[in-house]
Amino acid sequence: MNPLLILLIIPLLTIVGIAFVKDLTKVRLVSAIGMSGQLIFSFILLYLFYQQRNTGNTDDMLFVSTTMWYEAFNIQLKFGIDGISMAMIMLTSIVTFAGIFASWQVEHLPKEFFISLIILAGGVFGFFISLDLFTMFLFYEMAVIPMYLLIGLWGSGPKEYSAMKLTLMLMGGSALLMVGLLGIYFNSAPDGGRLTYDLTEIAKVNIPLAAQLFFFPFTFIGFGVLGAMFPFHTWSPDGHASAPTAVSMLHAGVLMKLGGYGCFRVAMYLLPEAAHELAWIFITLTSISVVYGAFGAIWQKDLKYINAYSSVSHCGLVLFALLMMNETATTGAILQMISHGLMTALFFALIGMIYGRTHTRMINEMGGLMKVIPFLSVIYVIAGLASLGLPGLSGFVAEMTIFVGAFQHTDMFHRMATIVAISSIVITAVYILRVVGTLLLGPITNNHYLDLKDAQWFEKISGVTLVIAIAIIGLTPFWLSDLIREPLAQMIQTLTN
Amino acid sequence: MNYSYTILILLLPVLIFLFIGLMGDKMKPQLSGLLGTSGLFVITLLSYFTAFNFFDHRVDESFQAIEVFQLLWLRFTDSLIIHIGILLDPLSVMMLVVITTVSLMVHIYSLGYMKGEKGFARYYAFLSLFTFSMLGLVLATNIFQMYIFWELVGVSSYLLIGFYYERPSAVAAAKKAFIVTRFADLGFLIGILILSFYTNTFDFIALTDLNGLAITQPTTAVFMGLSVTTWAMLLIFMGGAGKSAMFPLHIWLPDAMEGPTPVSALIHAATMVVAGVYLVARLFPLYSYTSPDSLEVIAYIGSFTSLFAAIIACTQLDIKRVLAFSTLSQIGYMMVALGVSGYGAEGLGYMASLFHLFTHAFFKALLFLGAGSVIHAVHSNLMTDMGGLKKYMPITHITFLIACLTIAGIPPLSGFFSKDEILVAAFEHNKIIFAVQWLVAGITAFYMFRLYFNIFWNHTPEYHHTPHESPATMTIPLIFLALASVFSGFVPFHDLVTSDGNPLHTEFHWMIAGPSILIAVIGISVAYMLYAKKNSKPESIATSLKGFYNMAYHKFYIDEVYLFITHKVIFYFISRPVAWFDRHIVDGTMNLIGNTTVYFSGAIKKMQSGQMQWYIWYFTSGVLLLVFLVMYLN
Amino acid sequence: MNLQAEIPLDYMIVLSTIVFFVGLMGVLIRRNLITMLMGIELMLNAVNINFVAFNHYLFPNRLEGHFFALIVMAIAAAEAAIAIALIINIYRQFNTVSVDDVDELKY
Repeated sequence: MNPLLILLIIPLLTIVGIAFVKDLTKVRLVSAIGMSGQLIFSFILLYLFYQQRNTGNTDDMLFVSTTMWYEAFNIQLKFGIDGISMAMIMLTSIVTFAGIFASWQVEHLPKEFFISLIILAGGVFGFFISLDLFTMFLFYEMAVIPMYLLIGLWGSGPKEYSAMKLTLMLMGGSALLMVGLLGIYFNSAPDGGRLTYDLTEIAKVNIPLAAQLFFFPFTFIGFGVLGAMFPFHTWSPDGHASAPTAVSMLHAGVLMKLGGYGCFRVAMYLLPEAAHELAWIFITLTSISVVYGAFGAIWQKDLKYINAYSSVSHCGLVLFALLMMNETATTGAILQMISHGLMTALFFALIGMIYGRTHTRMINEMGGLMKVIPFLSVIYVIAGLASLGLPGLSGFVAEMTIFVGAFQHTDMFHRMATIVAISSIVITAVYILRVVGTLLLGPITNNHYLDLKDAQWFEKISGVTLVIAIAIIGLTPFWLSDLIREPLAQMIQTLTN
Repeated sequence: MNYSYTILILLLPVLIFLFIGLMGDKMKPQLSGLLGTSGLFVITLLSYFTAFNFFDHRVDESFQAIEVFQLLWLRFTDSLIIHIGILLDPLSVMMLVVITTVSLMVHIYSLGYMKGEKGFARYYAFLSLFTFSMLGLVLATNIFQMYIFWELVGVSSYLLIGFYYERPSAVAAAKKAFIVTRFADLGFLIGILILSFYTNTFDFIALTDLNGLAITQPTTAVFMGLSVTTWAMLLIFMGGAGKSAMFPLHIWLPDAMEGPTPVSALIHAATMVVAGVYLVARLFPLYSYTSPDSLEVIAYIGSFTSLFAAIIACTQLDIKRVLAFSTLSQIGYMMVALGVSGYGAEGLGYMASLFHLFTHAFFKALLFLGAGSVIHAVHSNLMTDMGGLKKYMPITHITFLIACLTIAGIPPLSGFFSKDEILVAAFEHNKIIFAVQWLVAGITAFYMFRLYFNIFWNHTPEYHHTPHESPATMTIPLIFLALASVFSGFVPFHDLVTSDGNPLHTEFHWMIAGPSILIAVIGISVAYMLYAKKNSKPESIATSLKGFYNMAYHKFYIDEVYLFITHKVIFYFISRPVAWFDRHIVDGTMNLIGNTTVYFSGAIKKMQSGQMQWYIWYFTSGVLLLVFLVMYLN
Repeated sequence: MNLQAEIPLDYMIVLSTIVFFVGLMGVLIRRNLITMLMGIELMLNAVNINFVAFNHYLFPNRLEGHFFALIVMAIAAAEAAIAIALIINIYRQFNTVSVDDVDELKY
């Protein structure tokens, strides 16, 4: 059997398990076991992946299996992974694992909560292993829809509004995406023959330029909405602010990466000529995104808003680097997806934990937390330092790869845009240090805070897992970089020819 | 010669950092202090051993750079690769000695100074982190490794300035230091990118190889009227200027004195702030051969900073701030020396700059530690709260006096030799710069002795409890550093650390040394007249120069300008509009789309009135309309 | 008997049209449910006239039109019964038989 299917079977079994158990502790236990299993299996998969490569398997995609699903439209269940998907699978399983522990204290309808959460995660796994545009889209929707319930039911603040806004904007994106995907499908056999949704097959054909130019914006913006591209990012601040902790983590940590991944794998890879023609528009938009998000974050007072805007900035960098269309920058983009996924998940986990204690997310209402909850505060500082790109943590590796790669572009416009994007590292330092300074350092502003308890065991698991992942990438980046780079050489060649 | 043991020099501090950082809470505080100190002692011994070995082995009269090892860290492209490695050449070995020596002294000193502080273990963990980063910086084999450690140094500086994190001023100072240097690092990074784009390498040896492509075939590209190489070198210097607190990026250094005093001695006087000098020295062949214009800029910036800071130092009351401005001024000297230097046989300025770096590290660390000892005794930073301390604290007094004489440039103390070389180099290159530096030498002598007399002489204020001499852990480093300050001038520096590794022939010029001693003596005498006993002369001079005095006292309002730019312009004129724009325009558009849909559906739903007769009306008129339509179309 | 010669088909159609629109106006304008029901009956009867007339003039040998008229009458009777039952119930519920007050099904 294809080992990739296990990635879908484990969440399925976990959901069934949760459905059959009664009380809260067991629900937690089953979810935790399920997602730990998923995490362990991802490591096994990584091992299998390297084993295949070491035994001389040089196929683009490994573990490929194809099953015809719907003959009439040539829809297949086709699964397979390369280095990029492997890295994304690792990211997803780590964040999901941490997310389960971060939502340990959900007591309102826990069964439904964990089931929705795991459906979401399952959708993401399905998306990353799919090689068929239709099933890819299917899994994409499967990941997006539970978000409505998760925010609408378990959220805080104006949750109905936020849930509606987030879902509608993402659905709007999906609508564009659907147009784009159908466009690709109907042009997938320009010389006659069978139309196909198969990603690897379409990559080999030359879609006519006119069709490419027409459908590229649909596909790119469709995915770009999920990737928080300016000006389609405004679901992100409201959505994150209302979402419960684990949902913010999964959403910013993993789901937003679907956008970047799709932009590259589908929009740019399948429509390369249009990508070249139209890159300048999107480079302009994304470099605005990078600086704009960072400036937006300076002014915010709500921790989640700060983080949401910082996500806009960091995810903007992902799309920016992808559009540079060279090996180094693209490697950097994927690294940045992973790094940002871990970092932002950590941030949201910590914000949830701090909110659970102080019952506010306004930074100016808090102060001096370092003294009362040192564990959480230290982790927060580490996350902040990773976010502003301290060497030894993942952010630095990703950003530097992007900057060096983007600067290798021979075109002056691209290099100037790179300089604009680089300037965000200073602005990032400003808002991160502002938060750290106001929130954690300084005197204690509220005497109630003196009684706060530091992290409990499940919170420690959640935080430490993510910190370790960030540090491992930051300290030994070469293996991850090589893992990602390996499939890129061929893809970039397709893109540049 | 096998140098592979040098990897321990990098590994030990980071291991100590991790150990104390993770286990610090569970240990006795003193234990972590001792652990850190003894670890550093081992590192210092290793460094000395390395230095003796290195300077003992010449190849054809000159020193060869040795890459001890290179580990692949991250591959950008096939030629742009970040290695983590160790590069030994005269420059880095000299820095190794300086850093480990001062760091060891500070470690020992802190055992006494920080005793009983909360977070003692954390303090030692951060010190180890800093030492690691600084050593990694100077031992870097390529410019990107240097950038990595450059950032780490910045963050350890942030952590140590903000050590007293419950004090808002310390938090603000730490933030300021980090952001200002980060801004400078932006230039550094862009400079690296430009340089690597045209030279296609990060490696120092390849970059500074006189026969290498980077120097023999620099790019001819021009951007906005300046050659791209000059842009790159100036941007890289911007990074150096940020760390070395050159005007106009100097504003963070005086505030950084919020950190514990030993930290100021280590980071903000002896080691980290000279990283900019080190950076320029490291890339010196590139500067010298491909972009002499940028060296000129460096010389002028250095010269201006040294004068500017010296004037401010004369007016400050906080003794640590006086020392901070004095540091600025002295680093200005080093920059001047680099700026006026040539390569190879003309590399007097280069040698002088590093010589001054070497001696300055000792006497400035001594000054800070002495000031720390005084602060420890009187619990105040202000010189108005001090006076007459020479009878209470003899050891501190003597060592402080030695340091003051050294920085003033009185022979035969070390400061005299290094400063003299700089003046000679400046004289040969540019008379105006020479004149400025000569004047600054006098001002330096004046403000240092103003400080000295105000602390140890003058009248004795009412002390709450009688000041007493500091414990041995604090005085031993003072004595050691005083000895180093006295004797480090006799190190045959021109034989050891030169721009091309060959010994440099130097002469002693009485024509330069004479006037410089003279102006130092004048400075000291003026300070003696004004401050040795309490009198009203300083007051009256200050009032007679009221406008200028106030300007200098407020550091020429540079901080206010920055505050205006950061706070008013960036916060209120960029961030707030951006946030507003996002909420109201971008998000507003999205909401508008939603609201329009809701509005129209509201309008349409009105038709569903529940009034049956309306439905019949719609129906009938619809039918009639269709009928007429059909008839009309036919 | 030569009725056709004296009364042409047009007259019948005009009659039924008039009856139909009278009925329609009754439904549209009157607010009383009972009167509206009467209007509906008028419209049904207008249709009946048409059925019978067309049958008689156009296809004199066939009877479908007559049958339809009969069926319509039967249905009209059933419909009247149901409608009146509804109206009585509405009256019990709302204490009125004016359609304006019975708009529970809006939006």
